Amino acid sequence: MYEIISKTEVVPNIYELIIKAPEIAEKAKPGQFVILMIDEAGERLPFTLSDWDAKKGAITIYFLEVGLSTMTLARLDKKNISAVIGPLGKPVSAEKFGTIVLGGGCYGIGGIYPIVKALKEAGNTVITIIEARSSYLLYNKEKLRKYSDRFIVTTGDGTKGEKGKVHDVVKIMIKRKEKINRAYFIGCTFMMMNCFNETKNHDITTFVALSPIMVDGTGMCGCCRCLVDGETKFACVDGPIFEAKDIDWDILFKRNAAYSQQEAMIYQFHSCESREV
Amino acid sequence: MDVKEKLKISRQKMPEQDPSVRAKNFMEVPLGFSTKTAQLEAQRCLNCKIPKCKEGCPVYVKIPEFLKLIVEGDFAAAARKIKETNALPAVCGRVCPQESQCEATCILGKKGDPVAIGRLERFVADYERENNLIKIPKKQPAKNKKVAVVGSGPSGLTVAGDLIKLGYDVTIFEALHKPGGVLIYGIPEFRLPKAIVEAEVDYLVKQGVKLKLNKVIGASRTVEDLFKRDGFDAVFLGVGAGLPRFMNIEGENLSNVYSANEYLTRINLMKAYLYPEHYTPIALGRNVTVVGGGNVTMDSARCALRTGAQKVTIVYRRAREQMPARGEEIHHAEEEGIILKLLNNPVELIGDEKGAVKKMRCIKMKLGEPDESGRKRPVPIEGSEFTLNTDLVIMGIGAGANPLLTSTMPDLELNKWGYIVADENGRTSMEGIWAGGDIVTGSATVIQAMGAGKQAAKAIDSYIKSGK
Ligand SMILES: Cc1cc2nc3c(=O)[nH]c(=O)nc-3n(C[C@H](O)[C@H](O)[C@H](O)COP(=O)(O)OP(=O)(O)OC[C@H]3O[C@@H](n4cnc5c(N)ncnc54)[C@H](O)[C@@H]3O)c2cc1C
Ligand SMILES: Cc1cc2nc3c(=O)[nH]c(=O)nc-3n(C[C@H](O)[C@H](O)[C@H](O)COP(=O)(O)OP(=O)(O)OC[C@H]3O[C@@H](n4cnc5c(N)ncnc54)[C@H](O)[C@@H]3O)c2cc1C
Ligand code: SF4
Ligand code: SF4
Ligand code: FES
Repeated sequence: MYEIISKTEVVPNIYELIIKAPEIAEKAKPGQFVILMIDEAGERLPFTLSDWDAKKGAITIYFLEVGLSTMTLARLDKKNISAVIGPLGKPVSAEKFGTIVLGGGCYGIGGIYPIVKALKEAGNTVITIIEARSSYLLYNKEKLRKYSDRFIVTTGDGTKGEKGKVHDVVKIMIKRKEKINRAYFIGCTFMMMNCFNETKNHDITTFVALSPIMVDGTGMCGCCRCLVDGETKFACVDGPIFEAKDIDWDILFKRNAAYSQQEAMIYQFHSCESREV
Repeated sequence: MDVKEKLKISRQKMPEQDPSVRAKNFMEVPLGFSTKTAQLEAQRCLNCKIPKCKEGCPVYVKIPEFLKLIVEGDFAAAARKIKETNALPAVCGRVCPQESQCEATCILGKKGDPVAIGRLERFVADYERENNLIKIPKKQPAKNKKVAVVGSGPSGLTVAGDLIKLGYDVTIFEALHKPGGVLIYGIPEFRLPKAIVEAEVDYLVKQGVKLKLNKVIGASRTVEDLFKRDGFDAVFLGVGAGLPRFMNIEGENLSNVYSANEYLTRINLMKAYLYPEHYTPIALGRNVTVVGGGNVTMDSARCALRTGAQKVTIVYRRAREQMPARGEEIHHAEEEGIILKLLNNPVELIGDEKGAVKKMRCIKMKLGEPDESGRKRPVPIEGSEFTLNTDLVIMGIGAGANPLLTSTMPDLELNKWGYIVADENGRTSMEGIWAGGDIVTGSATVIQAMGAGKQAAKAIDSYIKSGK
């Protein structure tokens, strides 16, 4: 059993979860993820490590409520969950590369943080850009600002910062011929693909954190396979962060939708049920 | 009873669930012998002076000895007799490929049917467990030496069981949330009830084996940590061959194309057939195609049937005699209505606009000259391509070595396929580290993994005692 230290709805539908997991807190590196199980009957749910504290033995993740499992996690009133497994996946290498753009959307605002911090500490010039539909959906701003040389907020409705999305800012930066050596994007697949579409023809080595559906997270099942540079890769062990230029996005979108019908039905059914009580 | 009389008794049938009923449930297919049938079957054994059967068993189970105890009616003693060399008789009795092991060499098989050794092994083990006759064995005094076992499959369980009896402090580290390895995540409930595997693990825990689940060695901890931080004196690696193989044909990444590992893990470990009470979903195919010819293939095909498929077809590139699956499983699969399309090989998968598989293109094969494995090599017949309709494909073509752990151990010698190099005692190229089971041999059998565990346990004991 793993103790939930705190669970907070930081903005509507996005939760911060701090869990006691000392061994993971000690080993975690930027770009890695954990797998959680709520209970024996639960799914194995992958979430990006956003923060960790080896002294307190605690790890932090942010999750978006999208379906049955994340809904259950959001409404959980128990103080513990049955499993936390990790840290999994390949970490990013935190070396000095020059000027780096880091973009986060949705849960990726949480997910990008350790990479921002590590790359800043490695001596890079760090430009962080986050996006949300509206100002009330932004979170983690102060933490990110602290490790960013430039910190840019975008909102879809223009209620805070620039109006638009991460890729709009990237586009402008490129137009202005600002020097960018590398870029990292974490968010939904669509957001990451849009951002990559801006950087791809400009000699900017771009990385994205893929989130295909997973089961074991140890390279045993092949569920998370992606086509990267024409080769089948398992995101849980070879990734989840890959160079964007090599990714077959079409397969990623289609494989991620494999269970959407079943899941949408169950989610609605359960939401209705829980509303009744 | 004299030999003539014995020879008159025919091999006893084990009652089974009716194929039409069992194809819709996950309950065990063969129902087990009654005491009477078991005794009658055991009487068929001739108590050979040189029992050939033993030579067929990788761990030399004392076969005539335990059969004799069955005839005498002392079933618990029979179970203990088996356990002298095989700690998991309830498992082996169910899953060993007896027709190519102990029963293949039984003298009675020369002229007629061999003694049903596997079924009797299962009978006594079930009897012992169901009647609470399992005794916790005496342990040797504590040695204050710690051994880490990585992986809780049959090889790891065997090492743990043997070393705990010798007085070692044993900890098993398992990556998944349930112990048992393939016995839990691969082999389905209707072939090996999970309660049996749980009872076996329980038995080890009762003896003092510590079980640490959700620990991926190589990620959560490295093997180096096990020695340096946790103070283990020796480490056994029994991590299995958990890397799914694909054919690298066009369309393999379409939705509803599964590796057998994923399909079986969703069903057995995650209980996806109980969705949504269990939260993991699985695609429900109506017209399912499974590729391959081993136990993995049979298990996947029969799971598909049980989750509601109307038609299940197995596509295998060789002929029936060459299928590596247990004879009984092929027979059961056919009884349940699964279609075998032999001497065919997929060349392409074709999807619909949503990216879900809809068709499989195959090519017909014929048998050519024998290959390295001694089996006749299947060769494609040019121009014989044809297309099958299907809405779910499972690739059951085998597994390779998972590099997750070994890639964190640069000094560990691997062979060219990534399997760990170990001698017949499981000794690896690194001091204090042993390995056995599928991660050394490649996909093999439960009993071979257990045999490797036995050897390694012995060697670890003498290494810790003598430093060699
Ligand atoms: C390496 C990795 C890191 C991740 N990090 C985070 C994180 O930090 N925070 C976070 O909120 N989520 C993260 N995800 C996604 C998260 O795991 C899924 O949102 C979650 O499993 C959905 O569970 P559910 O039962 O609530 O929804 P489901 O009912 O399973 O799905 C609801 C909808 O979401 C889609 N979906 C399901 N799984 C995924 C997925 N893996 N990626 C994208 N869409 C999916 C489905 O197609 C469906 O339309 C990560 C995924 C991976 C693989
Ligand atoms: C579907 C299927 C059906 C089969 N049917 C039969 C049959 O009928 N008869 C038969 O004799 N054989 C059968 N086999 C083969 C048999 O199951 C295997 O040969 C046997 O289980 C191998 O045992 P093992 O101990 O080497 O490893 P496994 O059983 O593979 O167990 C390895 C364990 O190690 C864990 N692990 C892996 N990496 C790590 C890590 N880094 N850290 C911690 N833990 C880790 C895994 O999660 C797993 O639990 C079948 C195999 C499959 C897949
Ligand atoms: S362990 Fe397997 S091979 Fe050996 S006697 Fe038992 S069933 Fe036969
Ligand atoms: S070979 Fe057959 S008949 Fe002879 S001892 Fe073994 S089981 Fe009995
Ligand atoms: S999730 Fe199973 S191989 Fe990646």
